[in-house]
Amino acid sequence: MADILVYSDLLTNAKELAYAGKGFAAALGMGISAAALGPNADADAAELGAYGADRVFVGKDPALEGLQTDVVAEALAQIAKEAGAEYVIIGSTRRGKELAGRLAQKLGAAAVTDAGSVVVEGSDLVASHFSYGGATVAKEKVNTPIKVFAVMPKTFEVGDVVAGAGTVVTPSLSLTPSAVKLVETKPKEGAAVNLDAADRLVCIGRGLAKKEDLPMVESLCAALGAEMGCTKSLCDWEWLSENRLVGLSGTKAKPTLYLSCGISGQVQHTVGIGTSKIIVAINKDDKAPIFAFADYGLVGDIYAVVPALTEALKKK
Amino acid sequence: MKIIVPVKTNPDLQMIRIKNREPILEAVPYKVGDLDKNSVEAALQLQAAVGDTQVVALTIAEGNRKIKDTMKEVLAMGADEAYILSDDALTAADQAGKALALAKAIEKIGGADLIVFAEGSTDNYSGQMGPRVAELLALPEIGYAKKLTVADGKLTAERGMGDLIEVLESSLPAVVTVTSEINEPRIPTLMNIMKAGKKPTTEWTLGDVGLDAAAVAPQKAVLSNLAEEQQRKNVMIEGSAEEQCAALIDALIKDGVLEA
Ligand SMILES: Cc1cc2nc3c(=O)[nH]c(=O)nc-3n(C[C@H](O)[C@H](O)[C@H](O)COP(=O)(O)OP(=O)(O)OC[C@H]3O[C@@H](n4cnc5c(N)ncnc54)[C@H](O)[C@@H]3O)c2cc1C
Ligand SMILES: Nc1ncnc2c1ncn2[C@@H]1O[C@H](COP(=O)(O)O)[C@@H](O)[C@H]1O
Repeated sequence: MADILVYSDLLTNAKELAYAGKGFAAALGMGISAAALGPNADADAAELGAYGADRVFVGKDPALEGLQTDVVAEALAQIAKEAGAEYVIIGSTRRGKELAGRLAQKLGAAAVTDAGSVVVEGSDLVASHFSYGGATVAKEKVNTPIKVFAVMPKTFEVGDVVAGAGTVVTPSLSLTPSAVKLVETKPKEGAAVNLDAADRLVCIGRGLAKKEDLPMVESLCAALGAEMGCTKSLCDWEWLSENRLVGLSGTKAKPTLYLSCGISGQVQHTVGIGTSKIIVAINKDDKAPIFAFADYGLVGDIYAVVPALTEALKKK
Repeated sequence: MKIIVPVKTNPDLQMIRIKNREPILEAVPYKVGDLDKNSVEAALQLQAAVGDTQVVALTIAEGNRKIKDTMKEVLAMGADEAYILSDDALTAADQAGKALALAKAIEKIGGADLIVFAEGSTDNYSGQMGPRVAELLALPEIGYAKKLTVADGKLTAERGMGDLIEVLESSLPAVVTVTSEINEPRIPTLMNIMKAGKKPTTEWTLGDVGLDAAAVAPQKAVLSNLAEEQQRKNVMIEGSAEEQCAALIDALIKDGVLEA
């Protein structure tokens, strides 16, 4: 029996994949396996079993510490063969996306990365990803014997857990240490943020004239109880950390309320906001493309509208 | 040192119109990918820092009929030489086929000390090519570099990973992919644009790198490629800033996304 093998360097994401993978496996008449790699593998394995994996392959080889791409790719390639995997579904996190190419190459597989949906069609899994910079969505079917999909975190939801399920398998891995050495890690500036979980999101773009004006936006966020996100330039200029980036190369946010300030609405940004319940845009240019994506559009200068909105919210 | 920069040219994304959800590509000109300019710039900055370094641009035309003209921009930025791989079979190829063609071309060029990819192509953004080519050439690879230095035959790269910045080190030869944070690509001067025409450009077909159409045949089928439908209210709220804000708050309360 062929298998679906799932893996992510992020446990929360791996659980999503295990849960969704179980559904796919049932539909396709396959088994569902998960891989747990690195120093936390034992603890992760128990959870992955509970979330749906029939078998969990645990890899604790010291070479896996630090989860360097070349070693993880080699480990997963070996596990995929031992498991008899036809599909390898990994999380399209930064590490996962990098991993996908190297793993697919090892397995002689074609791959779809950054998949935003995976569905069963007939006897296949087909995956969709943004194309032309986000202007379109391409739906692809993979024809190699082994198929690799890297799926964006939060694409799948998780359901009920089954405590204790899942057999732990210790694969016979033969690994050599990575050619790449981790010299040091340093904390990024600014506090940790998790835009994924934000219920309200205020995003700021190049309409902001200077970094010193950020407190104006922070006040609005506070009044609204929102997280702050941004477009790419603000990260490139290091005004805000890349954890706050929303769009193709950042978070695909799912807030109830998304409000943009001084953002033009280029597709690489708007692909990250499409699933918001309500979209509000403030822009001084009445022809800004963002208005086509918005439920409510306010033409105006953010330096006038943002403070006015903050005040109005406070008085409410 | 020799640095090879694989560069992708793509349809100008700003010029793609959508009609009945279909992208209209006729008459859309090709340009060097925005992110690929970051990788060219990264190579040029290493060249300046290390000295005695040759920067070679390598591209698969992917249907760009004016590929030689488009690649002049890379030469005008400062690359010393360009290699162009054109073949109808490569236009249809997916990442596996293109990575194989790039790897074969890199071998034929005589290899490199460093191969600098962008983290993803500007249009397709798959991010597969760098890691695939690294695997094909059995080289170490570091993804998402936002800072690169080469010293004492070693490569050091910084990259953002979640809440941390990782500093990684690798021996050379190596493959890296870079993000747009790494630099602000230069705009070629008029003089360098004039000089670009005289720089060596070599054109190859698949056969020249020892491959045939079967070796790069697509292994994925695109079932559809359409724009997503957006269902939005598109209500414009007019008035003074205060009036706009009051009306917005009312609307958001009615929609149930703001408490009264
Ligand atoms: C491969 C790739 C991936 C990318 N990924 C992302 C991504 O994940 N996320 C992302 O955001 N971008 C991404 N980008 C960049 C993206 O293409 C755009 O450059 C970016 O989103 C534009 O940001 P912006 O809207 O802030 O700036 P601009 O496009 O410059 O728009 C600024 C807007 O502000 C308005 N404005 C100016 N001043 C004021 C004022 N005082 N009051 C009100 N309005 C004002 C202007 O009218 C304008 O519409 C990516 C690009 C590439 C090539
Ligand atoms: N047609 C091509 N010719 C040369 N290099 C390419 C080509 N396509 C992709 N690349 C390289 O691979 C990177 C990642 O592309 P992708 O895997 O499509 O996201 C690009 O930024 C380029 O450096």
